[in-house]
Amino acid sequence: MQALYAQLLVGLINGSFYALLSLGLAVIFGMLNIINFAHGALYMMGAFCAYFLLNIAGIGYWPALIIAPILVGIFGMILERTMLQRLAGLDHLYGLLLTFGIALIVQGVFQNYFGSSGLPYAIPEELRGGINLGFMFLPIYRGWVVVFSLVVCLATWYLIEKTRLGANLRAATENPTLVRAFGINVPRMITLTYGLGVGLAALAGVLSAPINQVRPLMGADLIIVVFAVVVIGGMGSILGSIITGFSLGVIEGLTKYFYPEASNTVVFVLMVLVLLVKPAGLTGRAA
Amino acid sequence: MKHRISALFLGTALALAAGSALAQDKNVKIGVLTDNSGLYSDLGGAGSSLAAQMAVEDSGLAAKGWKIEIISADHQNKPDIATTIARQWIDVDKVDIFVDVLNSGVALAVNNLVTEKNVVMINTGAATSDLTNAKCSPNTIHWVYDTYMLANSTGQALVKAGGDSWYFLTADYAFGHALERDTAAVVTKSGGKVLGTVRHPLNSSDFSSFLLQAQASKAKIVGMANAGGDTTNTIKQASEFGIVAGGQKLAGLLLFINDVHSLGLKVAQGLSFTETFYWDLNDGTRAFSKRFSERMKNKAMPSMVQAGVYSGLVHYFKTIDAMGGNPRDGVKVVAKMKEMPTDDPLFGKGTIRVDGRKLHPAYLFEVKKPAESKGPWDYYKLIGTTPADQAFRPLSESVCPLVKK
Repeated sequence: MQALYAQLLVGLINGSFYALLSLGLAVIFGMLNIINFAHGALYMMGAFCAYFLLNIAGIGYWPALIIAPILVGIFGMILERTMLQRLAGLDHLYGLLLTFGIALIVQGVFQNYFGSSGLPYAIPEELRGGINLGFMFLPIYRGWVVVFSLVVCLATWYLIEKTRLGANLRAATENPTLVRAFGINVPRMITLTYGLGVGLAALAGVLSAPINQVRPLMGADLIIVVFAVVVIGGMGSILGSIITGFSLGVIEGLTKYFYPEASNTVVFVLMVLVLLVKPAGLTGRAA
Repeated sequence: MKHRISALFLGTALALAAGSALAQDKNVKIGVLTDNSGLYSDLGGAGSSLAAQMAVEDSGLAAKGWKIEIISADHQNKPDIATTIARQWIDVDKVDIFVDVLNSGVALAVNNLVTEKNVVMINTGAATSDLTNAKCSPNTIHWVYDTYMLANSTGQALVKAGGDSWYFLTADYAFGHALERDTAAVVTKSGGKVLGTVRHPLNSSDFSSFLLQAQASKAKIVGMANAGGDTTNTIKQASEFGIVAGGQKLAGLLLFINDVHSLGLKVAQGLSFTETFYWDLNDGTRAFSKRFSERMKNKAMPSMVQAGVYSGLVHYFKTIDAMGGNPRDGVKVVAKMKEMPTDDPLFGKGTIRVDGRKLHPAYLFEVKKPAESKGPWDYYKLIGTTPADQAFRPLSESVCPLVKK
């Protein structure tokens, strides 16, 4: 029973990465209608950014949590302005292919220069060590990841669903012409939204740098699962992707305990089941 | 009758012409089949192609009229992709010899193919000891290391040092299974106990669930029967979850210098494991590694897989040169390679056994503390050597059909 509690908690930790990443994807899909396959590569760039900040500029973990998402976010906005914008109004497939291509190029470039084994990034001094919870040894850093991601996820949800800015944004996706008539700069808003989604991916990258090796392929391994999370939660649904992210982490954690060989596939089995029963996802509205 | 005689003459003449053409055939094509983009690409990948290139340059065969060509492809760690490429290489591109071929699943698949098509494979990357045991082939030489040797060296040393209860964390495919099986056998034989095992999918990023299970087992040794990124992530996360601080010891059953480099000495220090090559062993290895590293994009030192590509090809070139031409017959070449003793600056003097096993010493290394390291890539302390004749599975235990009993 004790082991079960431990697995639940570990699942929650992984779930927070799924939640952060799928949240970014959901924001981008919901507002821009782009299936952002470059998300994994941007997550990886976030981790590399933290590594460079530390090793070249001597900037530590805490500032990196803010700086890296901003830098990668700017990179994302450049992508949006120079390339993605041209695909507005076209079929989803074009955006998907373009972002997938960008992901391959970015990963290839990083791999060319840094190899596949990755680079070390230490856990910040303040978050080292762990607490003995009785049923498990919880590394402080992992606890921090869960709490911090939860806060970020809820803040994003609040921003988009409950503020005036969010309302404008949602209106702009619904009917851009009308919103423009109110004097709101819609293209700039869309660029900023893409930047926000990308920033969330980079933030997840910084968070994961001390846990995983900073590797060029770290995002490629994760992104497929995250897409499954988004599909299960319902494409474009913000709250749905947060809840699904955390709960799938837990389900995956339990699988790792009861039948570890299937832990890579369980998410996809669930995806198939959900699609059969509710094609729009658990919280998605039918189109 | 007259017609028949002239036909006979014509046939003989053609056969003779073809025969002499064969003797002068000095074209060789080398196929570097490896992981060029995935989790093992630092161990083989572009470095293996470079090692092959250096072997060609150092062989001096070009001056003797040989034309040697190297091609490379990415098998993506998928046996089906690997066999498709290999088939095309043999049938269309006329590749004579496969090198690297890391990933045990891939190696076993390609092993069948090279046997069927009678070409050569010098496998320097895969770990499974089945390549020279149940699945041995007259076309294959297993050059650098195998699971039996790793288990024997690292496993025995750790049990002797008091690690008599084990829990395995195993990559769930041919390689992990073989390494776990061979190590468990050594542990049990040396008087230890295996308390349990958990099998994770290849290329996982999170190991905390598995590590918690290992922790709960209370085993003294957590044996990592995985490789590459899987091992480095396991080690990193084990230190996070206080595995070592809690009194358990991690055993890296297969670690490469690139893994240690990527972990950093702070995390990797104190790990002990087995390799058959290290760049800083002697003057010969140092000279080669320096040349190699200068030509690598990220200035990496050679892994034992890449060193094996060089060493294996040096011996292959010596053999075909001694044969006077490329006989286009894999079995014949491999038989000749087994006859000739091997000698190169990287692995020293050695031999190739009848089952295709290349014999050389195995070194037990310990990773240095950050303070002991004099600079980049200065990572290992040599703590033990198993001589060539004891390092690998003895022929008396072999089930390879090539071994006559």
